[in-house]
Amino acid sequence: MLSAHGLTCVRGERQLFAGLDLAVDAGEWLHVRGENGAGKTSLLRLLAGLSHPAAGDIRWCGKPIGHADAHYQQDLLFFGHHGALKEDLTPLENLAFAAAMDGVELKESHALAALYRFGLKGREDLPVRVLSAGQKRRVMLARLATRKAKLWVLDEPFTALDVKAVDLLATLIGEHIAGGGMAVLTSHQTMPIPGGRVVQL
Amino acid sequence: MNAMLAVIRRDLLMVMRRKSEVLTALFFFVIVSSLFPLGIGPEPALLRKIAPGVLWVGALLATMLGLQRMFAADHADGTLEQMAISPTPLVLLVLGKIVAHWLVSGLPLVLMAPVLGIQFDLDAGALGVLMLALLLGTPLLSFIGAIGAALTLGVRGGGVLLSLLVLPLYVPALIFGAGAVESHISGMGAGGHLSLLAAILALAVFFAPWAATAALRIALE
Repeated sequence: MLSAHGLTCVRGERQLFAGLDLAVDAGEWLHVRGENGAGKTSLLRLLAGLSHPAAGDIRWCGKPIGHADAHYQQDLLFFGHHGALKEDLTPLENLAFAAAMDGVELKESHALAALYRFGLKGREDLPVRVLSAGQKRRVMLARLATRKAKLWVLDEPFTALDVKAVDLLATLIGEHIAGGGMAVLTSHQTMPIPGGRVVQL
Repeated sequence: MNAMLAVIRRDLLMVMRRKSEVLTALFFFVIVSSLFPLGIGPEPALLRKIAPGVLWVGALLATMLGLQRMFAADHADGTLEQMAISPTPLVLLVLGKIVAHWLVSGLPLVLMAPVLGIQFDLDAGALGVLMLALLLGTPLLSFIGAIGAALTLGVRGGGVLLSLLVLPLYVPALIFGAGAVESHISGMGAGGHLSLLAAILALAVFFAPWAATAALRIALE
């Protein structure tokens, strides 16, 4: 479904990678690995359509991702280094806004269920700024549970999470893959999710 | 459309949670335009003459205060990335941001202006024209300012650069806005100036969101 051919990424004067091919089908996930500065985040930003490759093309269901017919954005959930959380808003308001940006309807009961699943019961009405770093990550991850996107592009989703949350997230990704979803993620850990392939940068 | 309303609602909600931002701009406007009558002294004829210019320059600088934060916060926390990959066109979301900026830092100035105009001994008719001119002019400031805010996004020392970039572009708004009040006072009628101001606003409403969106895409690359 998602395929990239001959991808070349140039940042400034430096070429990060060249001629990279990858493909992900339903029920598969890609583990992007590489040293710090190898271009993992740059690759994910290319796949999300946030920047354009110096050469090569990225296709979704056979159509280039910039193409209007591709409906790529509706099927994509991108999760960057920054959480897109507003410190002054509550977790619930943050989820509602993220859903509005994604163009999907989110019932409050669903949002609450996702927050409870990530152990944020009793904190749904507190401003995000009073939460700990790990709890902020959990709010971000709750978005994964509320959004039915086909493709998840996740940049270092396991950062700042405790053991329990890592297990929970791995389960969530596993369910997503088992349900015919796709995922591309970067992580320095090895992950116990079946169906994975490694892309080494 | 829903996403655009969500952007406006969220920005207003955040301003309600942190009221200092909107109050800073408003108090800046009040204080700057009150310093002039205090400094110049009680000479009604002179005050009436400088009133339109002083009030407009005050409004111009007050809207500049919040301009740099228009996209900077969303850029820093990654919300802008999410907006850029939203199924809703980015230009609509940018339009929402601009509307929210005007509601927060333009509309209060329009409502406050008649009170400040009294300090300058403006009569009721002139106050009405002043409000109307600001009602047309302050959205123009938000629209033009959005282009500058998007262009200077992520630039170090962007605040100063933003003022240098945007203030010259504010000159037409200043000339026609202040001119409307002046020509009303001198008995020539404000219609011409107000129509020109409205025409520039119509142009800006159409073009500025596209320009700001293009600049944001470059900043995100």
